[in-house]
Amino acid sequence: MMSVLAVEVPYWGQSLLRVLGGIVAVLLPAGTIVYVFLFKMMSFMQSRLGPMEAGPYGSLQLVAEVGKWLQKEDIIPERADARIFKMAPVVVLVSTFLLIAVVPFGPDAWFTNFEVGIFYALAVSSLSVLGILMAGWASANKYSLLGGLRAAGQLIAYELPMVLAVIGVVIQAGTMNLQQIVVAQNSGSIFGFDGLGNPYILTQFVGFVVFMIAIQAELTQAPFDMPIAESELVSGYMTEYSGFRFLIFFIGEFATAGVFSLLTSVLFLGGWGVPFAWFGWSDVDSVANWMNVAGPIIMITKMMLIAFIIMWVRFSSPRFREDQLQRFAWKVLIPVSLGNIALTSIFKVVM
Amino acid sequence: MSVGESGVSEFLRSYLTVGWFGIAAVVLAGLLLWVASLVRPSRPGHEKLLTYESGVDPVGEGWSQSQVRYYIFALLFVVFDVEAVFIFPWATQLERYGTFGLVEMGVFVFVLLLGLVYAWRKGVLRWV
Repeated sequence: MMSVLAVEVPYWGQSLLRVLGGIVAVLLPAGTIVYVFLFKMMSFMQSRLGPMEAGPYGSLQLVAEVGKWLQKEDIIPERADARIFKMAPVVVLVSTFLLIAVVPFGPDAWFTNFEVGIFYALAVSSLSVLGILMAGWASANKYSLLGGLRAAGQLIAYELPMVLAVIGVVIQAGTMNLQQIVVAQNSGSIFGFDGLGNPYILTQFVGFVVFMIAIQAELTQAPFDMPIAESELVSGYMTEYSGFRFLIFFIGEFATAGVFSLLTSVLFLGGWGVPFAWFGWSDVDSVANWMNVAGPIIMITKMMLIAFIIMWVRFSSPRFREDQLQRFAWKVLIPVSLGNIALTSIFKVVM
Repeated sequence: MSVGESGVSEFLRSYLTVGWFGIAAVVLAGLLLWVASLVRPSRPGHEKLLTYESGVDPVGEGWSQSQVRYYIFALLFVVFDVEAVFIFPWATQLERYGTFGLVEMGVFVFVLLLGLVYAWRKGVLRWV
């Protein structure tokens, strides 16, 4: 990150830049996803225009919304456990911020470069369920409690297919470091053809599909939105939340969608890289410096693609029943992903 | 990326950065809530602070008893999560272990799979 600037920045300055970059990397995808997909695409799919008043094509609607939420009264029910009630949205937001910290955006443009990056990401992503359970329990509301319990059951069930689908990628790349996973995809080749690199969506397609279904459930987007389920539980664990605390949940939801899309593009679509064969690069050190600028743009493009799929499914699918949800995870996704691991490892050893 | 003179390793610095990110999230949320507290009204009332129950007066406690149907799923989850913890390091080193590693992990996964099949046959994967 620092070599782009070509000046020596002291450590505290680097940390500050990283944190600022992290805030942008969390809020920018969240805002873009909400405006482009939730406001506009959903409207077009339902034969209406969506917000049109604030700014050209309603592009300032988000600013207006935040302004509106800022003025809303902050209501904490008498019966609620106020301290936990206040903490819950922050826990969800913290989990999102911890998650963005491992996503690499370029050869030198990373926040942290953990050797066990993907392992860390999977561990941290399950923190948000804590926040959701806290919200559900502290609200002292029957709808909230049911929503929180549903969320816990769902996130537990779909955590496993997600983790098992990632193992296929780790076997192929031979590393858990996200940066090296990107390099392995872009410097790889499929049966000797290296014009495309080896994006794992091609060689790990089963893993990709399982992972996409699992993150759909982890993000509690329809058809897996039982924890919120407007027609059954009012608003699930968010029922008692109002004003800005609700908005933090909302930001957390869509920021996590963005970060998971970024992670998916790192794991399956080649991340920030272009196939290294195009420019004759071999490893991460030989990558040209301009990739630090092009990388984030490529990442955002791929993120929008993945987020488009997530939202597309969300807007066009009806909700599963709770028992169908559990059955699908345990009887379909887990056996399929275990089979995927077996096949991948046999291929890896034999070939 | 230069390591400073303090001798703190790159590894620990990564964790420090993670710490900063966590703090940044808390500060950001706190800042926004503080700004909101400057402009938002606060007129609490008994009716307003009632627990929401679709407009009627709440019945009983909010922390009502509800049947937790998936505790078996939670147990199974622990089993498979431990499996995942073991598989990850194995997956990175598969190339070195070769056929030996493949057979070993095959046995391990097979035993766990037996557990899933057993639970399946016992009918606990049904929503009861």
